Amino acid sequence: MMKRTTVRAQAIKLEHAGAAVATRALPAALAAILLGAFMVIGVGFAHSNVVHNAAHDGRHALNFPCH
Amino acid sequence: MFRRVFLTAILAGLLSGAVLSVVQEFTTTPLILFAEQFEDQVSIAKDGVQLAHGQVPVHPHDETGRAAWAPEDGIERMSFTALTNIIFGVGFALLLVGLFALHGGPKSGREGTVWGVVGFTVFALAPALGLPAELPGSTAAALEARQVWWFFAAGGAGVGVALMVFARNWWMPVVGIVALALPHLVGAPHPEAYVSGPLPAELAGQFAASSLVVQAIFWAVMGWTAGKVWSRMDDATETA
Repeated sequence: MMKRTTVRAQAIKLEHAGAAVATRALPAALAAILLGAFMVIGVGFAHSNVVHNAAHDGRHALNFPCH
Repeated sequence: MFRRVFLTAILAGLLSGAVLSVVQEFTTTPLILFAEQFEDQVSIAKDGVQLAHGQVPVHPHDETGRAAWAPEDGIERMSFTALTNIIFGVGFALLLVGLFALHGGPKSGREGTVWGVVGFTVFALAPALGLPAELPGSTAAALEARQVWWFFAAGGAGVGVALMVFARNWWMPVVGIVALALPHLVGAPHPEAYVSGPLPAELAGQFAASSLVVQAIFWAVMGWTAGKVWSRMDDATETA
């Protein structure tokens, strides 16, 4: 009886540790995904002629729809 | 965690962008430069049909009618291509490493390469099925429609692959397959009619294949580097 309680307590502790890791990673992961999307969309999709001309050969090679 | 995520993404993006720039110079860029010679001869546009780069050939004009800035052919153009490739590299690597952080990430460079292959599938293969890579001067539907469909295809593939790989019950892979297939069932926007310009079809075919090869190298390098750096930077060594 004693043993089972300990195991359960440990399981709960581990679960909390896992959740803590995920929670700790969340701000960094979201920041990275948002910034990454902003960069890819900026270079790959912006309609500005200057951005288009600078990124032209890369856009074509990476198959971003171009003019 | 911030340090680990951003350092991994920056290193993977720099390396994959640099490798992409070198490979491009020998594969896709010569085809683009060759195609641009034909582009000047092309000036046909119909309703619902426009040629990639249409009537405004190499140097589009802004609203005031002045020619917009464009890098000079040669070193300047190569440098801007390399710079924007690195921005593409770091951008895609941030998306990839952001997912590492949520999931736990790869334990080695090899495992990272598998993540890279998934990136290639989502961002290169899925959109290419409906909209193969185009050379300047090829016939295409309106730009906005193609951009929207590209998002739809890449997004559907991303959600689809994630649901299949991380499935916890029977219906998740089913929904994943639907998400993956839906953009293709709806269909990519294509011109109402194909206007064959002076651009040889063989060249267009070669470009579509070259683009996929270039992207496969880009994603493999990015995935391997990201996996290597990520697995070396243990959480325990971090301060925050």
